[in-house]
Amino acid sequence: MSEHTISGRRLSGSAVPRPAGVLTVDDVVVDYRGRPPLRAVDGASLAIGAGEVVALVGESGCGKSSLARAIVGIERRTSGTVRLAGEEVPVLGLRRRAAAMTGIQMVFQDPNSSLNPRRPVGDQIQDGVRAAVARGEEPSEPHEWLMRVGLDPQAVRRYPHEFSGGQKQRIAIARALAARPRMLVADEPISALDASTQTSVAALMRSLVVDAAAGMLFISHDLSVVRRIADRTLVMYRGRIVESGHTETIWRDPLHPYTRALLAAIPVPDGAGRLPLAPQEADRDAWTEVVPAALGRMAPGEGA
Amino acid sequence: MTRTPSGEVALDIRDLRIDLATAEGPRPIVNGLDLRVGRGSIHGLAGESGSGKTITALAVLGLLPASMSVSGSIVLGAAAAGGEPIELVGSSAAVLGGVRGRRVAMVFQDPSTSLHPQLAVGRQLTDHVRHHLGLREAEARARAAALLTRVHVPDAETALGKYPHQFSGGQRQRIAIAVALACGPDVLLADEPTTALDVTVQAGVLQLLRELVDDMGLSVLLVTHDLGVMSSVADEVTVMRAGAVVESGPRSQLFTAPRHEYTKSLLAALPGSTFEEDPAELAAELVAGHEAPAVPTVLPDGNDAPQERDDV
Repeated sequence: MSEHTISGRRLSGSAVPRPAGVLTVDDVVVDYRGRPPLRAVDGASLAIGAGEVVALVGESGCGKSSLARAIVGIERRTSGTVRLAGEEVPVLGLRRRAAAMTGIQMVFQDPNSSLNPRRPVGDQIQDGVRAAVARGEEPSEPHEWLMRVGLDPQAVRRYPHEFSGGQKQRIAIARALAARPRMLVADEPISALDASTQTSVAALMRSLVVDAAAGMLFISHDLSVVRRIADRTLVMYRGRIVESGHTETIWRDPLHPYTRALLAAIPVPDGAGRLPLAPQEADRDAWTEVVPAALGRMAPGEGA
Repeated sequence: MTRTPSGEVALDIRDLRIDLATAEGPRPIVNGLDLRVGRGSIHGLAGESGSGKTITALAVLGLLPASMSVSGSIVLGAAAAGGEPIELVGSSAAVLGGVRGRRVAMVFQDPSTSLHPQLAVGRQLTDHVRHHLGLREAEARARAAALLTRVHVPDAETALGKYPHQFSGGQRQRIAIAVALACGPDVLLADEPTTALDVTVQAGVLQLLRELVDDMGLSVLLVTHDLGVMSSVADEVTVMRAGAVVESGPRSQLFTAPRHEYTKSLLAALPGSTFEEDPAELAAELVAGHEAPAVPTVLPDGNDAPQERDDV
């Protein structure tokens, strides 16, 4: 059983040196044609190391998903580069992607649309295993992955509709992890789940990714979950990363006006009956400001 | 601080049972629910998807599908009914027609589906008041503008001529609230009214709800799965699970001293709550198969004699 237990590593503010970058994103721009044309991502750069969980937060329409899709190559990049372990990630065309590129995997918001309803879940996890083997990784069995995400290993022959929403998302996570990715990009993986399982599933993703020494870009609009699982956080507003760095530092002392407004608007479940602060229309003007000090925020004691 | 200024009950739900007719016989959706919404207060109804929250709200307006049967009692209090109390369960279409919109109105989660996309906002507001209140065009238009101002939609006169898609999500939800308030209802049923909104926009809509309750004496049944939202605006909270009440009480008590295991587990899953848990433990529990906490127990009177205590 021991090989399936999940290490309960708790986040700490320790000043660990920044791990070598598994994923490097350099000045990515994403435009959508239309009238008027829309710049969804306006020059985003980031690096994620092995065993590191980085959250990307921001309001709907800020460009989070566009950036995620551009990173894995399912969205055309106007400019900028994405590298996985030094190798450029191409934009996906009609042809099957190169074996090396299955080292980057994605988990989507809605498991109903990401899982194939007509195939048993074990077969779908097997697809991931096959991708891992093609890259010369260790083979593994689908039932092991079901066990790792807390599902009955006997369920490999069952179909997606036989599971609840939270269980389906865990199957999608198992499928992605079975490919033994070096980088997992998760786009709102918990927002379709019930409140009581959201934090647990997010925590599960973190521990599995950290155990596998992979990196994870975790996209969410739910900052309170992000606070619990992300080493670093990127705050995005109108296509730009406006604040970034050590999660707890940002949470305790946000510097960018947008981050401040965002954190102040979160209702706190303490029973005190305090209304969260609603930003005024005029406040929004300041949100597009560039605040250099808000970028690359460090943990206390780090980088000294 | 709990605000139930009048001490009157606007909506009194007792032993509500809703069954869904299936090929295998009736399946209970709501199983003996008791809930009272005080006049001029917000009563929060919390629970996970499938727990029966929305069905309960729909039952108040007699909007359940024909495949569902209802028993028990839902009484609209005397003041909220504008005279004698009205029993809503089993009442005629005529009675319900007089209640809907005028006495009890509803706001849904997604304003882009509850507002008509091809009608100007002004028309959606004036149609409503002309139909229900028999106002003339000019009066109706003046009332519509006043309603938009009331919910803080800027430049109400211009806004009346615009279509829903020309507004942001938050403004659309404010407009949906204005439509609900158009005929001056006493009770507002709000089903996840901020769930589709960004957190910064949500804060504004929550402030508006609180304001409407405090200034106009509106009584609100707020259905939400978000305990943060609940904590910031609800006066009383009822937690539902699998069609039954798990726990009910004043907000502060429920959040600081929950009695039921299920309520505790919901709170523990929330960062920033007083019941914070280690995420690694939550993940380990999930893997160990404790995804759903133990079978619910209904508290006899909603607040007395807890049947399960956390003595561990």
